[in-house]
Amino acid sequence: MKMTAFSSRVAKEIIRDPLSLIFGLCFPVVLLLLLSAINANVPVNVFDIEKLTPGIAVFGYSFLTLFSAQLVSGDRCSAMLIRLFTAPMSAADFILGYMLPLFPMAVVQSIVCFGTAMLLGLEPSVNIVFAVLLLLPSALFFIGLGVLCGTFLSEKAVGGLCGALLTNLTAFASGAWFDLSLVGSAFRKICELLPFAHSVYIGRNALSGNFADIFPDMYYVLGYMLAAMIFAVIAFMRKMKEA
Amino acid sequence: MMIRISDITKSYKGVKAVDGLSLAVGDGELFSLLGVNGAGKTTTIKTMCCLCPFDSGSVEIGGFDVVKQPEKVKELIGVSPQETAVARNLSVYENLVLMGGVHGFSKEKSKNIAEEMISKFNLSKFRDMQAKKLSGGWQRRLSIAMALVSDPKVLFLDEPTLGLDVIARSELWDVIRELKGKVTIILTTHYLEEAESLSDRVGIMRDGKLLFCGKCDELVSGTGAKSFEDAFVKTVKEGKGE
Repeated sequence: MKMTAFSSRVAKEIIRDPLSLIFGLCFPVVLLLLLSAINANVPVNVFDIEKLTPGIAVFGYSFLTLFSAQLVSGDRCSAMLIRLFTAPMSAADFILGYMLPLFPMAVVQSIVCFGTAMLLGLEPSVNIVFAVLLLLPSALFFIGLGVLCGTFLSEKAVGGLCGALLTNLTAFASGAWFDLSLVGSAFRKICELLPFAHSVYIGRNALSGNFADIFPDMYYVLGYMLAAMIFAVIAFMRKMKEA
Repeated sequence: MMIRISDITKSYKGVKAVDGLSLAVGDGELFSLLGVNGAGKTTTIKTMCCLCPFDSGSVEIGGFDVVKQPEKVKELIGVSPQETAVARNLSVYENLVLMGGVHGFSKEKSKNIAEEMISKFNLSKFRDMQAKKLSGGWQRRLSIAMALVSDPKVLFLDEPTLGLDVIARSELWDVIRELKGKVTIILTTHYLEEAESLSDRVGIMRDGKLLFCGKCDELVSGTGAKSFEDAFVKTVKEGKGE
């Protein structure tokens, strides 16, 4: 009951913030439309919709970090969290309360992204459903990372780190719209130490039906997801002990 | 006694924020904690609210130990923090329902209490307005109403009238006076006239120590000062404990 009440509040805060809708839903769609328009007007096939769509979906998830970090940080800075810490709520109530409302948002983001891609020529197939499902661990990684950042950072720092830095890092280190090897093998190796490119590879393999090839990428993503979640829980519990 | 603090000490990086503080506050009493910035008021309140582990001593609220039985303590307390701690995008009504929910009340009960608080705090005309659109005074009023949703036995008001204009402050004083005797209130404030007007007793802190604990007129007569403000200044400047 306590967790449900809290997560319901978090969901309302997200839905009522127009920036969530603009950046979370509209921006990835605009990007998809823009890159597809470029693709249609150049002679070579630069932005193949089958490769581009999972990349844009993962890029869209980076905004989930911003939303979750903003929520936690905002509650901390406004002392709302101090008030809530004096309520008989457990750490699990808080953490699930913050994370759960963002999970359906991730699903909606993916549906909108893949739906737009279908309008732009992506062939409808059951693999789209699998791609959406197999990308969810990546979404959880981004949400957990947001809770972790929000626990430590000020609202201003959240805007810079999660808003500017992370979204750009996701865009460039994921290979969402270009082959990482084009920048050089060293760049590719560095990027593949991070979870972003692996998330995109999972989406692409799922979309093309190569389910056997989602490993070892899935191991990377699951590892990062678990690390983000565990660190977020530890950090939040420490914050609860000494607010 | 509703609150019993016994010889608590809390240090941050070797600096004592609270130094051997002992205090007892009775049921239904309004006790104001006064002191200059950095005196240790907020740390003391945090220890009572299970928000700050201390190095030594003990704190009991309603007979429950804040370290060993924090869940029990949290069922007894309500807090209105210094900053207006409201969910900005939620309406007044939704904020109040939220507080019922996080205390484990059923939806129906939370809704009923929310309506009751709206009526009690004259928030009806702002019922469906988002909290961020309320003026500072109304946000403070909502903040206190939120702290009272769980029907606490002890209410902590951390500088409830900070930054408010004279009228808003006076209105909030009326709200606090209404609560006197029904709930034990711990108030921190920098406005001495507020403490003098509302409190049953005051405590004056400096450097983590409690310098004085008693009634306002006892402070004035004890220091030989002309006014409560002069008595406060003299006590803090001389810095001698009881």
